[in-house]
Amino acid sequence: MTTTAMKKPVIKKRRDIVFPIVNTCILIILCFMTLYPVLNTVAYSFNDGLDSVKGGIGLIPRKFSTESYVALIEDPAIYKAFLISLSKTILTTLLNLFFTGMLAYALSRKEYMLRKFITMVLVFTMYINAGLIPNYLLISKTLGLKNTYWVYIIPTMFSCFNMIVIRTYIGGLPDALVESAKIDGAGDLRAYFQIILPLCLPVMATVALFVAVGAWNSWFDTYLYNGSKKDLYSMQYLLKMKLATTQNQASNAAAASSEALAAAQKSKTTPITVRSAITVVSAVPILVVYPFLQKYFVTGMALGSVKG
Amino acid sequence: MTARSISNGATASVKKPGKLTRLGRQWQLMIMSVPMLLYVLLFNYAPLWGWMTAFQDYTTKKGFVNSPWVGLDNFKWLFSNNDFLLSIRNTLAMSLINLVFGTVSAVLLAVLLNEVKNRKFKRTVQTVTYLPHFLSMVIVVSMAQNLFSSNGAINDLLKSLGLVKEPVFFLGKGEYFWWLVGVINVWKEVGWGTIIYIAAMTAIDPSLYEAAAIDGAGRFQRILHVTLPGIKSTFMVLLIMNIGHLMEAGFEIQYLMRNGLVMKYSDTIDVFVMIYSFGGSRPHYAYGVAAGMFKSVVGIILLLGANRIAKLLDEETLI
Repeated sequence: MTTTAMKKPVIKKRRDIVFPIVNTCILIILCFMTLYPVLNTVAYSFNDGLDSVKGGIGLIPRKFSTESYVALIEDPAIYKAFLISLSKTILTTLLNLFFTGMLAYALSRKEYMLRKFITMVLVFTMYINAGLIPNYLLISKTLGLKNTYWVYIIPTMFSCFNMIVIRTYIGGLPDALVESAKIDGAGDLRAYFQIILPLCLPVMATVALFVAVGAWNSWFDTYLYNGSKKDLYSMQYLLKMKLATTQNQASNAAAASSEALAAAQKSKTTPITVRSAITVVSAVPILVVYPFLQKYFVTGMALGSVKG
Repeated sequence: MTARSISNGATASVKKPGKLTRLGRQWQLMIMSVPMLLYVLLFNYAPLWGWMTAFQDYTTKKGFVNSPWVGLDNFKWLFSNNDFLLSIRNTLAMSLINLVFGTVSAVLLAVLLNEVKNRKFKRTVQTVTYLPHFLSMVIVVSMAQNLFSSNGAINDLLKSLGLVKEPVFFLGKGEYFWWLVGVINVWKEVGWGTIIYIAAMTAIDPSLYEAAAIDGAGRFQRILHVTLPGIKSTFMVLLIMNIGHLMEAGFEIQYLMRNGLVMKYSDTIDVFVMIYSFGGSRPHYAYGVAAGMFKSVVGIILLLGANRIAKLLDEETLI
């Protein structure tokens, strides 16, 4: 009896030391595994083209070279694509926040008579989707947005999930804010823009991040609607095209590496290093922005998912 | 308009004005919401009209109105097409792999993170593991091509560990495709998936842990009997949602990673729609519409079914 009673606390104590150490190790390994592919691609992008064909590149470039980035800088198509990507991201985000925010406010007002009806219509869209072709026919044939810049902006102005995130946040604000504004003679538009919107900064930052990332990352819209308009190519689409050229090399190394070798001997880059460089360039804006918004989007996500 | 609102007002009690008058007073709220309602009706509901083409021999020249009706011929063609049947198999296989791997890994990581006492370390791990969620699929596939190519880092590792002698063609073998997609998806989404579970865990009453500790529960028993039951309702809601999305195995990753060698395993229903609608000498939209419609309807049935079962089991439900 006494021995077991004495033993128990000892075991417990040892476990309390062992578990945190093991846990920390697991999490550090996990972080390493998460970052490895990113750093590996950065290493490829800074590696000499001819040398990279031999493979075996890990975390640091074996033969350092900035030729791939020089090749990018000398390519005017990259600038254009970067500008297109940037402008469509900013425009989509602003319009999306403007409309989604107003809608979320209106649907948070309990006295609004159309509240239930509109909410139902919107939530239904989360579960049913007409599919690729009907959407394509609507956007390209009926609305005539094919081969225009506006196909990046207009079809992406609303997402029900984001609306729910904002609405839930507004629902958590004290009702008295709007009530007192109304007593002072403000309408709903003023109550929203002057009182509620400034308080919604955290949730707006969250939604802005979601929308901006979606807009920056999309390539399929370019592929489907603007594939023949070189002026309207986005960064992600340029990268997608580069993927196709290195696809065979990755799946069938023997045949392609001689081809890549021949190409590399002519220039100092290979499709692989150039593709890696574009990958890095198109990922950088997101890597720079997102850590600053982390504290916002975590709460935003939790809010939206609980109510959604 | 006015006549109706007056008559409505007459039937209602004296104090309460008619419905339309009351709605009229909410014109500002209507300005804020009705344009978006119309927008959603146009972009989300109007395309449903296009489902008609699933029953037509549709050509863009003739349009919805003049294309001849063919009954269920498009569906008959689909279900006698081997590629379509394979695409159903691939869709279900990849979504099941994603569902199981994705859920298990996210819950596991959330539990591990929940046990971390050092806030700074916890935040750093979260920042790092959320990161891939924000990268586009094109970027991710580009990285995967470097990593899994025959002289990439994974093959180097396998060789140096002595597990293989010749490099493995991960990207060129159909049998590996589903698992490769599963691994990449877990890498991309595991951190993001923990957010909801961690939120649910922080809502657990701390006194439950204290009570368990006093009763002599060790760390693993506390996880098993306090933490996991605490996230059960969240888990169920997500499970129902995911079952509703079983027909959505994804499109981007498969479309970007497919090549002639893995086609039999890579093509999901969405990829099939893309290839068969746009790939031929003339676009065959009707096949694509029929396949998309099939997918959507099955998805709804799955969602309602899962919701029903959860209700019968007296669990948290979605609808």
